[in-house]
Amino acid sequence: MSNKASDFIEMTVPAKTDYVGVVRLTISGIANRMGFAFDEIEDIKIAVSEACTNVVNHAYTDSEKGQIRIGCGVYDNRLEIMVVDHGKSFDYDDVNKSLGPVEGKSVEQLNEGGLGLFLIESLMDKVEISGEAGVIVMMTKYLHRDEVEENVDRTSPAPTQ
Amino acid sequence: MNLQISHEETNKVHYLTLSGEVDAYTAPKLKEMLVPLTEEKNTQIVIDLSNIDYMDSTGLGIFVGALKSTKKNDGTLKLRGMTERVKRLFEITGLTEVMDIDNEVKGEAR
Repeated sequence: MSNKASDFIEMTVPAKTDYVGVVRLTISGIANRMGFAFDEIEDIKIAVSEACTNVVNHAYTDSEKGQIRIGCGVYDNRLEIMVVDHGKSFDYDDVNKSLGPVEGKSVEQLNEGGLGLFLIESLMDKVEISGEAGVIVMMTKYLHRDEVEENVDRTSPAPTQ
Repeated sequence: MNLQISHEETNKVHYLTLSGEVDAYTAPKLKEMLVPLTEEKNTQIVIDLSNIDYMDSTGLGIFVGALKSTKKNDGTLKLRGMTERVKRLFEITGLTEVMDIDNEVKGEAR
C-alpha cells in the first residue's frame, strides 16, 4: 500500500448549493478515470455531496462568504477525498497527519447533518472527521479491481443505531 | 444538474413525476411544490421516482418531512418506481420501514 498520493487535485468552490453538483461531477470524473465501478462512483458522489452540503448548511453564517475546499488524493489502490470548510489553502500531507480516528465529540457536533453523515459512513470504506481548523471530513474508497463480489451485502439494511 | 417536476391531479390524487437530480440545490423547488400538497386535508400523493438520476439525504429529508405532514393532515404519501440506487438509499437509512413504497410500477411503464 503506497502512502504518497500519485496525483492530487484541489478545488475551492463557494459554499453554496449551486456548486455541490459541480464538485460531485468532478469527483465522479476522477473516480471514473481511476476505474471504479458504476455503483462505487455513485456512492462516492453521494458521500462527497453530503460532505459539501453539510458545509453549505452548517459551516458559515449567512453573512459569511464561505468556501468549500476539496482535496482528492489519487492512490494506486484508493481515492481519498477531503472536504474542508474553512481555513487557508491546505497542505494535503499536513492536514492528513492531523487526522485521527473519529472521536465521539466531533461526531456529536456534526450530527446535525443527520442522515448525511450517516450516509457518508455507510457508503465509504473509511471516514475520519477532525474539528480543529473548521471541520475536515476525510473519506476513503478503495479500488476493488481484482476482487469478486465482495459487496454482496450492499443492499442489506444498516444495523439499527 | 436540474430537477423537473410534473404534477397531475386525477380523482383527487396528486401524481408527481420527478426527473433529474434531487440535491441541496434542487431541494427548494421540490419543497415548494410538495409541501403545500402535503398540507391539504386527506390528501393523497403519489410520487414517481423512476427518472431520478441522483438523490442524496436532502431528498430523503424532504420525503420524511412530507410524510410527517401528510400524516398530520390524514393524508397518504406513496413513493414508487425507485431505481436500485435510490432504493438502496432508503434501505441503508432504514426509511423503507416507515415510508409507503411501491416499486412494482417501473418507469418504463409510463
